[in-house]
Amino acid sequence: MNNSFGGGIRPPEHKHITADKPAVTIKAPEKVVIPLIQHIGEICTPLVKAGDRVLLGQKIGDVNGLGAPIHASVSGIVKAVEERPHQNGSDVLSVVIENDMLDMPQKKQGISDRARNLTADELIRIVREAGIVGMGGAAFPTDKKLISGLGAVDTVIANACECEPYVTCDDALLRSFPEQVTGGLGTVARILSPKRIVIAIEDNKPQAIDAIKLQAKNCKGIEVVVLNSRYPQGAEKQLIKAVTGREVPSGKLPKDAGCLVLNAATCAAIYKAVHNGEPVIDRMVSVTGDAIKAPANYIVRIGTSFQHLIECAGGVIDASLIIAGGPMMGVTVSDVNVSVMKGTNSVLCLKSTPEIPENPICIRCGRCVEACPVNLMPLMLNRAVLENSVRQMRTYNLMDCIGCGCCVYVCPGKIPLVQRFRRGKSVLKEKADSEA
Amino acid sequence: MKLKTECSPHIRANDNTARIMLDVIIALIPALVAGIVIFGARVPMVVATSVAASVMSEWVLLKLTKRPGSIGDFTAVVTGLLLALALPVSVPYHVVAIGAVFSIAIAKLLCGGIGKNAFNPALSGRAFVMLLFPDALVRYAVPCAVMGLGNTVDIVSSATSLHHMQIPALPSVTLLDCFLGSMGGCIGEVSTLALLIGGVYLLVRRVINIRIPAGYLGSVALLTLIYGKGESPLLWMAYSLLSGGVVMAALFMATDYASSPVTPAGQWIYGIGCGVLTVVFRYNGLFPEGATYAILIMNAASRLIDRLTVPRVYGHSRGGGIKCG
Repeated sequence: MNNSFGGGIRPPEHKHITADKPAVTIKAPEKVVIPLIQHIGEICTPLVKAGDRVLLGQKIGDVNGLGAPIHASVSGIVKAVEERPHQNGSDVLSVVIENDMLDMPQKKQGISDRARNLTADELIRIVREAGIVGMGGAAFPTDKKLISGLGAVDTVIANACECEPYVTCDDALLRSFPEQVTGGLGTVARILSPKRIVIAIEDNKPQAIDAIKLQAKNCKGIEVVVLNSRYPQGAEKQLIKAVTGREVPSGKLPKDAGCLVLNAATCAAIYKAVHNGEPVIDRMVSVTGDAIKAPANYIVRIGTSFQHLIECAGGVIDASLIIAGGPMMGVTVSDVNVSVMKGTNSVLCLKSTPEIPENPICIRCGRCVEACPVNLMPLMLNRAVLENSVRQMRTYNLMDCIGCGCCVYVCPGKIPLVQRFRRGKSVLKEKADSEA
Repeated sequence: MKLKTECSPHIRANDNTARIMLDVIIALIPALVAGIVIFGARVPMVVATSVAASVMSEWVLLKLTKRPGSIGDFTAVVTGLLLALALPVSVPYHVVAIGAVFSIAIAKLLCGGIGKNAFNPALSGRAFVMLLFPDALVRYAVPCAVMGLGNTVDIVSSATSLHHMQIPALPSVTLLDCFLGSMGGCIGEVSTLALLIGGVYLLVRRVINIRIPAGYLGSVALLTLIYGKGESPLLWMAYSLLSGGVVMAALFMATDYASSPVTPAGQWIYGIGCGVLTVVFRYNGLFPEGATYAILIMNAASRLIDRLTVPRVYGHSRGGGIKCG
């Protein structure tokens, strides 16, 4: 056991709501709405038009710059390529497919037999063509991450910490399909030839730990590291610190600390892409919270609407917040017609929102300083942003804030610190641009 | 379905400012009860006067100045309670009221209000009346003396343990009496046992952390051991810790949020500074107790200490050091 990243918090976990139930595969809906941007980067150009017939797993959008291609998650007829509500709050170009319920697959390019002989470049190509992005929520294109790690990385970490309260989809994945996680990790290891291959998991998932340890026995060189549960352990920089003791230099990437971190679900997606020739067409989603009737982990097609998913989970009672992601860093949606995307790990339905006083006051209790996993002084940053002082924001290293929300969580004055820091960061970015 | 949108995080810890202040009040109850047991029925009168004057002046001034804050956060109650417990039982009521009004009006609200006051309000009030009414503050009743409830009382004033130590000589009371509180002194400070119960409560509830009290009491212990007087340095150290107001100061006064540093290293430095100054003032000052002025001086240094002890940020090679500006 170890836990050597500083700060952090231990909010109530609420994981038992879903953790003890088996994962359920949801029947594909009659219609899917697949947004053409589900990743960090540029929006994909549609490769299909209304009226086209598409097969399951067929590429329907692709992009030249930073990004990942997007695939049909059902077979059927394209009804429209138009703007639809997106999790980000705006309307985004999406492909609407009417499901023919046949799941007619594209010819599989299964390469399990050849997989061992593929070069690193070929494997990265497969990862890209399968549309794999970080499935823990960040949705950074995985092929780009792998390329950045070539020759720079001695440690690869599969992140199964899942430190957000409520969310248990990685837990369910590890319990149900541990071979996918170790298999994908093995592929990554072949690409990067690291000295150390780690699966990092928090101690609040005993069944997943047993499952993955058993699986790891068959895989040479994979080490399971069990960490004390603490939010935000699953944040990339904090996890690197906890597992290796190293710190990612400020403003740099994990590879600059010799590490590459991939979410457990991303590893599973890599496995499916390489061994089954399957692109990302579905994922495990925790549908949970105190406002949902049948909370559980569901295997869901990409493009399924939250509405459909919630109905499959028995519907909601008195929900006032629906969040894509966990309660600490997830994003609220205003419209239940938004779609499950590659990075959607959870649909969290909550009855109540925290009450925020009109005039939140800092009493200098210092809890934010203790809680900050990056060692910032949130109370000083708060003042800097309120005074709009660029110098103070820089002095107290605002740009190092990872937005984890620990300071807001502990603040007895209920000050919206992270919200203010986002504002401050955009001020700093503008300033940096104008100086450049 | 009507959905709200908001920025993350979407959950909060249960604690709020009022709850924290309530915890401080709860933690002071043992000391208050001990004070009543030791000094009698005048104690609740002094406390009531102080709390009432604090809360009323806060209410009036918040109304007049339209500053943010509310008497519902219990901060004024805490200030009033702390001030009363840091006064001798024989203190005239008008002196208590003047101290309380000064604490709230000048030391707290004039300095920016809740969270912004540079100096501990209760200790500021105490220091103020100490200068104005010195004789009212250095007359200590003997325990269990029968006392009237009128504004001024005739008391058999006793030299406190600390007075003895200024001579210097070990006090006549036993160490156990010192620990339990059966000796002359201010209302809330005499019973170390009661204060420790409250202190442990605050630590368990995480209202305070160990750094400031440990730095404070640790440095007092070390210095009085090294510069011990009398035949036994250990005995001298024990009496130094148990007599006077140093335990109350370390647990309840120096830990005031607004007037103490927030960085971990800063809290150690501040706590040790308070301890060192307390001993210096005890050994050299005119008054037997130096905790009040020790803390007020360290209060003045708090913001500077914070700036000098900015923690090293993750991924940065250097520590905080001096941050100019």
